Amino acid sequence: MKHAPWLWAILFALWLVLSWHFTPLFLFFGVVTCSVAVFVAMRMAIVDGESLPVHLVWRAATYVPWLVWEIFKSNVRVARIILSPRIRVDPSIVHFRASQRTDLGRFIYANSITLTPGTVTTGIVGDDFEVHAIVQEEIDGTEENVMNRRVARLEGEVA
Amino acid sequence: MGDIVSVVVWVLLLSGAFFLVTGSLGMVRLPDVFTRMHAAGMVDTMGAGLTLAGLCVYSLHDGANLVAVRLVLVLAFLWFTSPIATHAVAKAALSGGTTPYTVRGAEAGGEVDDRTGAAPEAARKAPGDGERGGGDTR
Repeated sequence: MKHAPWLWAILFALWLVLSWHFTPLFLFFGVVTCSVAVFVAMRMAIVDGESLPVHLVWRAATYVPWLVWEIFKSNVRVARIILSPRIRVDPSIVHFRASQRTDLGRFIYANSITLTPGTVTTGIVGDDFEVHAIVQEEIDGTEENVMNRRVARLEGEVA
Repeated sequence: MGDIVSVVVWVLLLSGAFFLVTGSLGMVRLPDVFTRMHAAGMVDTMGAGLTLAGLCVYSLHDGANLVAVRLVLVLAFLWFTSPIATHAVAKAALSGGTTPYTVRGAEAGGEVDDRTGAAPEAARKAPGDGERGGGDTR
């Protein structure tokens, strides 16, 4: 249950940033709202390291900029496909095995694949990923493997 | 100083607009629902991202302020939620029985059904593409 105070603190920080009113009334509303939200989340038993991966924040600091750069590169590639006079797509659905050990790691990997245009995760069964790619090169290349390794490293040793 | 900021803001906003327009064009030009998802992904990621980055720089123009933080939050929430929506669309299309467009299928069957975004009947019968169940949506 060490995640509940974290959740409360994050929610209250969000409240402060979004409202930026420091009158007692608004602070009171914020405290009540965050407390109710944390209470409901605890009742649903979803407050844990999976919903609140605070242990990943530091490693995410290097992963996120890399992911943004990958997103940019694949955006340019897909834009070239769309803007070419004659559309040349060669879509396919590919199955491959992901090397993450936790559901959280697989979730991050699947969302990263979907965020980069040109590839969309259409299904996960266990560690078998089903990915739709707009052209073969988007999935055949080493990019996804690099991402796979990076997410596995991001996930680290935490269970 | 102000001029440089203006230039940066303009470059970011215009390149964001470029990706928004290109993504929208892709929604029209690409052959089926799955390939169109990739174009929609461009709008979600670079279109919204570069536009919000431009607004961020613009709002930081007169000193650090909260607007920039809120814009970053908008982008963070968007980037967390849009892959889930995309995934839901893909999943719905697959379980609805839409066969993904393939080059081989198109060669076998010609045009894609414009109304449903489904691959043509002949493409569904193309060898190797029939393993996905679900049947016809109509």
